[in-house]
Amino acid sequence: MYPLFSFLQTVISSQEAMAGDKLMFLQHYWWLLVSVLGALLVLMMFVQGGNSLIFSLGVTDDERRMLINSTGRKWELTFTTLVTFGGAAFAAFPLFYSTSFGGAYWLWMLILVTFVVQAVSYEFQHKQGNLLGARPFQFCLQLNGILGPLLLGGAVATFFEGSNFVVAKSNMLEGLAAGGSVVISSWANASHGLDALLCPWVLVFGFAVVFLTRILGILYFMNNVEDANIRSRGSVRLVGQAVPFLILFVAYLVHLLLKDGYAYDAATGAIVVEPYKYLHNLLALWPLAIVLVTGIILVLYGLFRTIVSKTYVGGIWPAGVGTVLTVLVLLLIAGWNCTAFYPSTADLQSSLTIVNASSSLFTLRTMAYVSLVIPFVIGYIAYVWRLMDRKKITKEEITETHHAY
Amino acid sequence: MIHFLAIDSAAVDWARAQFALTAAYHWLFVPLTMGLAVIMAIAETCYYRTGKVFWKTTSQFWQRLFGINFAMGVATGIILEFEFGTNWSNYSWFVGDIFGAPLAIEGIVAFFMESTFVAVMYFGWEKVSRGFHLTSTWLTGLGATISAWWILVANSWMQYPVGCAFNPDTMRNEMTSFWEVAFSPFAVDKFLHTVISTWIIGAVFVVAVSAWYLLKKREAEREMAIKSIKIAAVVGLLASVGAAVTGDESAYKVAQVQPMKLAAMEALYNGGHDVSLTAVAAVNPFSQPDYKQEEEAPWRIAIPYGLSILGTRTLHGFVPGVNDILKGYTCEDGTVEPSAAEKMERGKMAIIALNNYRRLCADEETFADQDSDGLIAAEKEKQLAVLTENFKYFGYGYIRDESELVPYIPVNFWAFRIMVGLGTLFIFYFAYLMFLWWRKKDISSMKWLLIAAIVMLPCAYVCSESGWLVAEFGRQPWTIQDMLPVTASISDIGSSAVATTFWLFLFLFTAMLVVEISIMLKQIKRGISE
Repeated sequence: MYPLFSFLQTVISSQEAMAGDKLMFLQHYWWLLVSVLGALLVLMMFVQGGNSLIFSLGVTDDERRMLINSTGRKWELTFTTLVTFGGAAFAAFPLFYSTSFGGAYWLWMLILVTFVVQAVSYEFQHKQGNLLGARPFQFCLQLNGILGPLLLGGAVATFFEGSNFVVAKSNMLEGLAAGGSVVISSWANASHGLDALLCPWVLVFGFAVVFLTRILGILYFMNNVEDANIRSRGSVRLVGQAVPFLILFVAYLVHLLLKDGYAYDAATGAIVVEPYKYLHNLLALWPLAIVLVTGIILVLYGLFRTIVSKTYVGGIWPAGVGTVLTVLVLLLIAGWNCTAFYPSTADLQSSLTIVNASSSLFTLRTMAYVSLVIPFVIGYIAYVWRLMDRKKITKEEITETHHAY
Repeated sequence: MIHFLAIDSAAVDWARAQFALTAAYHWLFVPLTMGLAVIMAIAETCYYRTGKVFWKTTSQFWQRLFGINFAMGVATGIILEFEFGTNWSNYSWFVGDIFGAPLAIEGIVAFFMESTFVAVMYFGWEKVSRGFHLTSTWLTGLGATISAWWILVANSWMQYPVGCAFNPDTMRNEMTSFWEVAFSPFAVDKFLHTVISTWIIGAVFVVAVSAWYLLKKREAEREMAIKSIKIAAVVGLLASVGAAVTGDESAYKVAQVQPMKLAAMEALYNGGHDVSLTAVAAVNPFSQPDYKQEEEAPWRIAIPYGLSILGTRTLHGFVPGVNDILKGYTCEDGTVEPSAAEKMERGKMAIIALNNYRRLCADEETFADQDSDGLIAAEKEKQLAVLTENFKYFGYGYIRDESELVPYIPVNFWAFRIMVGLGTLFIFYFAYLMFLWWRKKDISSMKWLLIAAIVMLPCAYVCSESGWLVAEFGRQPWTIQDMLPVTASISDIGSSAVATTFWLFLFLFTAMLVVEISIMLKQIKRGISE
């Protein structure tokens, strides 16, 4: 059965619902929210994908400035989504936060650095007084455009491929007497997260995300910038992104459905390896399978209609919605249906699940109330940007605008 | 037996250095963002009410400077948030159940507001109505302020942990009252003091830039400069008085919950009744004083009864010094504060009891069928009782030597004096500007004042950063007061990795700061001309 529905039913129908059931419901609810944030983050990385193509889509300086100004108005939202994703993971699954961030140190630091240099690049590049010139900042935008999606995509892939860590709470108590480490979570090798990039499947997924964000970037530009050259170039460039994306994505999807996964016993929390775990998850949570297929169809529809049609510039909408749905389902099957969402390849029982990594019932419930403001937040963001994007970006628009990059 | 704690002390130092570096840089940009937000929003409100193009130009000018600074605050801020996990892994688990919530709320409630409406403020002049634009400008500042609320709630909780209980089964602290955490008196005060102090920076900045125009006799910017100084003088005076009042309250709160921090701020080695407040004394700025031997710092000039009033709100109140706290003392209300040695002993008992309890839990599962008399369960209860009785001093169990419990006195002592000294100077400074306005004096001819106004700008930053030095150096060795010291909070990463990222960030931030200052100066030079 679809667990969320049954939990929801339990909680709504009976006030007497056991604290354990409530906790289980909230753990699933928070995994859903973290997954939604993750899915939105992948969509919002059209900013990164777009930035990686500034020099190929824009030939003249004017064209490049239009592109930079187009993503330049949205980057803060992408950034905020990333920060909130981190914050929500911290609040809801602190053991994941402490284990992954404190363990895969280099992976996260690299991600951070590329986002940091990106943050100032818009504001600084074309300003008088910029001692370094525009080039280094445009390079930073491109660096972030490729590495951001690659490394974040890679980090998501470790939810399926596993990471090399050990969790031992007793360290904090026994390390003291034994003269050893007092740290609970430790990485089992010295590379501190870079080892993920040695796993070919992590790279396959990471590059699939890179090409996906480039597709989304092009579709967004074609919609947001009103310029015949950019639109016709975009249409052509799409093909070059679509082919590698489809190959990598299909390869990963097949691999995922055939691979083993880590399952936990709901009663004892013991973790075992289960063949075809993710395939089983999709079959058990069959509505998610329907959502996944719908998502993939929407992405393909947005992609191909834009390639085929000479006038269609709305591809970002179906492809964007499709991306969110697809990524959402991938993240949900990583954590729901008694699956360890952060498997440990070093020590099976150290693997993190939404049960052993979660916050307390009290905190999850408090945060669940806070989460009720999310629809309002999405609402005002949508309202504001409908107002702001009524007028598309053109050469004239940039010169008129008060705050052009 | 517990002999020692094998922690790579270099790893702790680098982790602290990296966090301090990021926080100090972050705090170069954030106060200007928040302070300038108030002033530019007031200028835009004037535009909304009068419809005069002058006010539109003025608010757009300040918004341009705001924009150059804003991105840097965002860039340094994201690192801070992730550094809790990357460098303080144990900490993130041990208190994540409480600490994570404010951070998540900050993202959901504040950052989205800020990032959405800042875009309207930048790009919306020709796209939305005047009222909507004004609202967006205010909401940008409000978003920044709400975000400050939540991060300061988180910080205050570390200085004065409330609304939580330890759960031995999950081995972490868990939240028991959200309202106690969110509206802890410590948090309310810290929020007011910090946010109000950012308005001082905004005001000092605006007066400094305006003074430069007047000094250079720039006709195009003259009116903007004079009117901006007036707005800034009002904001600055209110803020500097407000910062003094909330600062006094902060010091009182510190005396209640972090007496060691107060003793370090005052270089008070031996406390007592009727304690005077040190105005200045010859505390060596570069080495920890020998507080055990010295009676008091040499060359001390003090205000009689000052510290008793500050710390206890009475003339004769008892204020403990460093040695009193280490040796143990009796409070005014008769409660006995144990010695450091006793606290360390009890902390170790708590840690051992918790470990025994957890082992017994495992045994209970393994030998469930052999333990018909419930011996294990009884022993568990016993260990739990020991833990509960001593948990208050849990963190002391990780302290090896009582000297670790004394924060670095020179930094606390001098940073506190710099903050208070400059803060007082700002009150007089803004009051004087108001006085000149009231007497209708033409300040554009007062060259010395204009130069002084520019000199005030670095002073404002020094003042503000000093405040954070006091707050954060003063609570050492604790990440969470009495609960978890820095040595037990860190991640399992070698010191060389953290040192590498430290230098990387230092290089990056410094390069970005240099570019920002250069762009800022060019923009100011350009003035309101397009």
